[in-house]
Amino acid sequence: MSDAISPDVTIDSRGATCPGPLMDLIGKVKTLEPGTVVELQTTARNSTTDVPEWLEEAGHDLLEIEELDDEWRIYLEVN
Amino acid sequence: MHRVAIVGGGTGGTVLANRLADELRSEIEAGEVDVRLITADENHVYKPTFLYVPFGKKTVDDAKRPIEELVDRRVTLTIDEVTDVDTERKRLSLAERATELSYDHLVLATGATLEPEAVPGLAEGGHHFYGPDGAEALRDELAAFTEGHLVLSVVGVPHMCPAAPVEFVLMVDDWLRERGLREDVELTYTYPINRAHGLESIADWASDLFEDRDVNLETFFNVDEVDPDAEVVETVEGKELEYDLLVAIPPHRGSDLVTAAGLGEDGWVDVDRHTLEATGAEDVYAIGDTADVPTSKAGSVAHYEAGVVADRIASRVRGTVPTATYDGKTVCFLEAGMDEATFVEFEYGKEPYVREPSKPLHWAKLGYNESYWLTARGLL
Ligand SMILES: Cc1cc2nc3c(=O)[nH]c(=O)nc-3n(C[C@H](O)[C@H](O)[C@H](O)COP(=O)(O)OP(=O)(O)OC[C@H]3O[C@@H](n4cnc5c(N)ncnc54)[C@H](O)[C@@H]3O)c2cc1C
Repeated sequence: MSDAISPDVTIDSRGATCPGPLMDLIGKVKTLEPGTVVELQTTARNSTTDVPEWLEEAGHDLLEIEELDDEWRIYLEVN
Repeated sequence: MHRVAIVGGGTGGTVLANRLADELRSEIEAGEVDVRLITADENHVYKPTFLYVPFGKKTVDDAKRPIEELVDRRVTLTIDEVTDVDTERKRLSLAERATELSYDHLVLATGATLEPEAVPGLAEGGHHFYGPDGAEALRDELAAFTEGHLVLSVVGVPHMCPAAPVEFVLMVDDWLRERGLREDVELTYTYPINRAHGLESIADWASDLFEDRDVNLETFFNVDEVDPDAEVVETVEGKELEYDLLVAIPPHRGSDLVTAAGLGEDGWVDVDRHTLEATGAEDVYAIGDTADVPTSKAGSVAHYEAGVVADRIASRVRGTVPTATYDGKTVCFLEAGMDEATFVEFEYGKEPYVREPSKPLHWAKLGYNESYWLTARGLL
């Protein structure tokens, strides 16, 4: 986990196949209050582009993308 | 005595009960094991049938059979609703039963519930084919629909059978062509993420077909609200889309039982994705749509998971170490129109390969749907 950010909600989408990490994230974000900080754990490299692109479209804030061995932690804040 | 309680007599619960009845046959006959299936509905419902109802190819009655006819006689069948799960005391409360039921091993297979009310205006403005009433109402609506804009919108995430919305669009396109109406109908498919499907290979396949068949594709489309009077869909991303007939995949949720028992949020059970054991309690498993694993909410998943949990429980009963694990195996047939289909197979972390659609695969899908009743009995 990132030192600076402590997530309120963690979504573990590592190894996710169908329908994938971004769908997991969208499903969850719809249920969350503004201000909630979310950590998305993913092993899909394309999440690092798909997720920021959707956050931009939907108006949520990307906080940080952390790269580990073969996996990524994407931190965001719901607006 | 090992008491195994399975809650939910859908695909997962029924296959599991029958597998255990077979695998633990001698232990059950010796009175060492009791396998009990508790289910709220006296009918077993095979939901994939609903895809064909709007086109008049199947009826909602084709989707159901009395559960009693499908379960092995060694299984104790209780038709009742479980109203409370106490994982500390290992007891279940039932709606119609005065006393609680104790268990040693519990499997939750309660499926998913549709919740169109979760999106303002959706229940009034939208149709769907995800349940019996919705599928029948859509059949009547489609029969009378001769021109205008038909929008298929994937609203709820996650939802059952990620393939079904694509299948519906390809089928309705073909069906309208057959009836000479396609030129008067504009077709649009909307999806929440930046492509037509969660899996890239299916998204590519579907996008090519949509282009060939003149189906508009709207991506990054997350429905916030439906205005049934103005017939407009509004999205989180600030888009608006007018429709004449809206077919929407409604939001889904799990079971309130699960949330109340502290086993997971939104009614989905938090499980280890390989052992399917609940992370929040001892001796509790979840299979099928209610299990929160990173693959599709599909009947094939429920079926394979049932096999794994049957093996794990049988090992526990026999005092051996359970070794069976679920690797995310998922199998889906996809209709590409009214008389062609394709087929995909994948597991955790793998992208499927989408074969060229063919008539034999369409017949294989229909054949599978018929032989499903043998699958539920645990014979296939
Ligand atoms: C239109 C459509 C098309 C589909 N097509 C396909 C397909 O082609 N291929 C595929 O693999 N999958 C398909 N699916 C998905 C598939 O039907 C589901 O994934 C599958 O039914 C899940 O099985 P399950 O056992 O988890 O739940 P279900 O089959 O939904 O069963 C849940 C059972 O639990 C019972 N229950 C719930 N709560 C309680 C309670 N508190 N107490 C007692 N009983 C309870 C219910 O009465 C029900 O009997 C499709 C689904 C739809 C809607």
